[in-house]
Amino acid sequence: MKTLTLFSLFALYFFTDSVNIENSAGQFFNSGHTNNWAVLVCTSRFWFNYRHVANTLSVYRSVKRLGIPDSHIVLMLADDMACNHRNPKPATVFSHKNMELNVYGDDVEVDYRGYEVTVENFLRVLTGRLPPSTPRSKRLLSDDRSNILIYLTGHGGNGFLKFQDSEEISNVELADAFEQMWQKRRYNELLFIIDTCQGASMYERFYSPNIMALASSQVGEDSLSHQPDLAIGVHLMDRYTFYLLEFLEDIHPSSKSNMNDLFKVCPRSQCVSTPGHRTDLFLRNPGSVLITDFFGSVRKVEITTDVLNLTHPIQQAEESPVNGKPHREVYSYVDQLPVSEIIHQKPKQKDWHPPDGFILGLWTLILLVFFKTYGIKHLKHIF
Amino acid sequence: MNFFLNGSWYAELTFPQEQGNSRRGKTDAEDRCGTSASGFDRNSVNPDFQDNDNMGLLSDPNRRQALINLLTRLNAPICFVCYFAGVAWFMGLAFEPFTLRTYMSENAMGSTMVEERFPAGERALATGREFAAHKKRVGGMPVDWLVKTMQARGLEVFTQSFSRTLPFPDENTERYVVKGTNVYGILRAPRAPRTEALVLSAPCSPGDNNNQAVGLLLGLAHYFRNQVYWAKDIIFLVNEHDLIGMQAWLEGYHHTNVTGMDWSPLQGRGGSIQAALSLELSSDVITSLDIVLEGLNGQLPNLDLANLFYAFCQKIGVLCTIQGKLQRNDWDSVSGYNHAVQTMMLMVMKQASGRAWGDHGLFLRYHIEAATVKGVNSFRHYKTDATTIGRLLEGMYRKLNNLLERLHQSYFFYLLPSLSHFVSIGYYMPAFGLLVVILLLRALDLWVQLSAQPSRTEDGMSATEQSSPGVLSVLTPLVISHLTGAALYMLPVRFQEVAVEHFPVSETEAVVLTAIAVYTAGLALPHNTHRLLSGEGTETGWRVLKLVALLYLAVLLGCTALINFSLGFILALSLVPAAAFVTPHVPKALSAFFLVTLSPACTLLFSVFFFQELQEMPVSFQDGWLLYLSVIAQGILDHYLYGSLVFPLVALLVYPCWLLFWNILFWK
Repeated sequence: MKTLTLFSLFALYFFTDSVNIENSAGQFFNSGHTNNWAVLVCTSRFWFNYRHVANTLSVYRSVKRLGIPDSHIVLMLADDMACNHRNPKPATVFSHKNMELNVYGDDVEVDYRGYEVTVENFLRVLTGRLPPSTPRSKRLLSDDRSNILIYLTGHGGNGFLKFQDSEEISNVELADAFEQMWQKRRYNELLFIIDTCQGASMYERFYSPNIMALASSQVGEDSLSHQPDLAIGVHLMDRYTFYLLEFLEDIHPSSKSNMNDLFKVCPRSQCVSTPGHRTDLFLRNPGSVLITDFFGSVRKVEITTDVLNLTHPIQQAEESPVNGKPHREVYSYVDQLPVSEIIHQKPKQKDWHPPDGFILGLWTLILLVFFKTYGIKHLKHIF
Repeated sequence: MNFFLNGSWYAELTFPQEQGNSRRGKTDAEDRCGTSASGFDRNSVNPDFQDNDNMGLLSDPNRRQALINLLTRLNAPICFVCYFAGVAWFMGLAFEPFTLRTYMSENAMGSTMVEERFPAGERALATGREFAAHKKRVGGMPVDWLVKTMQARGLEVFTQSFSRTLPFPDENTERYVVKGTNVYGILRAPRAPRTEALVLSAPCSPGDNNNQAVGLLLGLAHYFRNQVYWAKDIIFLVNEHDLIGMQAWLEGYHHTNVTGMDWSPLQGRGGSIQAALSLELSSDVITSLDIVLEGLNGQLPNLDLANLFYAFCQKIGVLCTIQGKLQRNDWDSVSGYNHAVQTMMLMVMKQASGRAWGDHGLFLRYHIEAATVKGVNSFRHYKTDATTIGRLLEGMYRKLNNLLERLHQSYFFYLLPSLSHFVSIGYYMPAFGLLVVILLLRALDLWVQLSAQPSRTEDGMSATEQSSPGVLSVLTPLVISHLTGAALYMLPVRFQEVAVEHFPVSETEAVVLTAIAVYTAGLALPHNTHRLLSGEGTETGWRVLKLVALLYLAVLLGCTALINFSLGFILALSLVPAAAFVTPHVPKALSAFFLVTLSPACTLLFSVFFFQELQEMPVSFQDGWLLYLSVIAQGILDHYLYGSLVFPLVALLVYPCWLLFWNILFWK
């Protein structure tokens, strides 16, 4: 009898559990993408544009840390700063004054370099119109379930971005390229980030669906540099990318930050320019889009010991909990490799700082002692 | 599809605009017709009238006549106004609110964002003392010691010997037959191809001068050798006999020989030279650094080089001067303005002289941006040691090392009233233009007079017949005065031996005095010209001659000012009044005196005194005269040694042009 009741309890438990899992399977396919791609482009040459290369390499590092493999990253660098003759620290590229992290590192795979970085090549990579001889590492092999991150940096103007000091891409050309990608079913969703002067002008002509765009500055504004370094003799980064990366450092594959957090990156007080974003082409609510949908390659893996019967079409999960019943919580993802701890980019606080309010308290004490000793009437000697 | 859409959108945008334009055009035409009284009827009757109405200001005979009447009637007042406006404009250039602040244009150099770490100033000075000792022992350039020292610092060292016999002895520096050796060491860029180079030079001067400069040069070479970031070869050059050595080295480097000098070919070269600095230091501690920019023929280096120097002086905190004048902040006071005018005038005088005012001056001919940095010890409280100067040079060279192209972003034509402010060509040219327009106005006046005379009698053919004897009367003085000019150019140097034989003078005196003699002999020209002329000079004759001379002078001054503004402006300042007022009908003696006073030779004399005055070293007339003679000798020497063009320009073109006006004054 006892065993029977126990068994029935178990059965009941299993039954409810399997129902829950089948319900949450909808949440499992929530974001609608199965693979992630990144196209990271630095368009400017010359030693004094060191910062643009450092920008791109830093984004490359972050994206790679969050799980997009080299095979899914198309990295375009217009110049080789690491081996520039003027580099006092040969074979390195640094993005922070503390010189702790060499973003050029050991495993950087540059797909397009030097004079290969042209408008034509960039557009061909996007639209997939490459000659058959092109190796797979130089192709954007995305499909209709791909989320693509496109990051551009360089010198721009109102409605164009300069490539290599010799040509430029216009915002109309870029918008048409994206439309072509959409029609060729080359992306599911696309995140476009640009760090140039007047960057907002580059996304204002977009008209294809599912594109979210961010820019470092509005039309008529300059994007500014950051991290001047006297030893290397150039600026190491641009402001927007610097704060973007600072934000990305706190992101890990399972973090739940969404796009609205990204839009808050680098306010005018830090950037000097006004970062802009555009979401009207994007179908989902930015608040429900995770950062890792674009910056990481998060495989939705959840281990269950149960058999799932997915007979009926899967319902997309809603944001709110389905029912009031207490049910087993969803497995959260473990960090496969604790990369973010291994490569810790934040500068260490070297010297001790007194806690907040300590100084204030000290002053209050001093004032109190002063008035205790001399009395309030002596105030007139002070004022 | 989308492109098409866009295209049509643009088309829509532009279409109404075109309509608007055409409509406006129509209303304009109507207005014009309206003003010319009942235009519509006449237009329909006589199409010629319509053409007339659409003509410009000058093609409409009535309006042209009115304009010409105005210009001829008010010619003299307009000329006066132009002259004073030109001078006032020029003086206004030094007023700070009218000038622009200097700024670094070259993106590759960007800012002064460099960490200067040169540590070894004291050691450099010790090396300088060692150099001085060896120099004294050898009695000239210590070639062996220099080669050894440079080699010890890890440079590729080469020497170049040269010799040159001057056309006549230079009495200022006591040179006649010059023999010397240049020593230079090349620091190869460790990781870059050898396609570009920078030069740092220091002259090995006689006496105790510049030893510290050589010491610092060697110290910097030692320090630079240990850095990995050089993208250009750096050439450290110690040149003997300052400009002559530099000339030999540059000609050797570029495989040219423009002045007929003997030098041995260079054994080692770097890439094409992008920029050069010449260093002159004569004391261990200096109070300020002076930058010298004026080069041969008034060429200036790109303004960015001066900006770079100024930026680093500001950053490191070294007092820097230009023309030996410190920057002042009180531009709104009279003394502050005077200071700026003095600085600018000094630059104008130096530029006009066409000399190379430092060793850098010869680099400019090869389109190499170069400047001389002079250490000045004027016993102020503010002292700078050799380490600081070394750090300043290190910073400048690191920024020059970042260059990707030749310096070209900033101005090549400018005047500097102070190091922080500059006057670009667009601002100073109007001053010159106002002076030259006087010549054109006078020429227009003469042209009107000339064309009015024959039209009063007859038209067409007879006018040309009348002026045909004028051709000869114009051509004869033109040819004769140019022959005089050629004599002035050739004779002094050619006939120095003859002069020395017959007169108790030295060679240099012979050259200068011959030049003055030929110049003065030219004044007797009018009498000789008239003997050659067949008939008597007519009223038309001198007018045609003056017209030709005016236009000739205008073109001459215009071309000169384009190349060397200062020279053109100073010549215009003196020659334009002379050219404007001279006719055969003015009082002869007084006008002759004025004309001589305004002649090129007297301009030079005044300039010498004025220059001394500007430098706050006024001279007595006696000393001034001696200085004047030596300046003439220097000018001729500069031409033969380095190819300066001021002497031939004055002798072959400006002086003959002035002689034409002299001829007009004594027209019979």
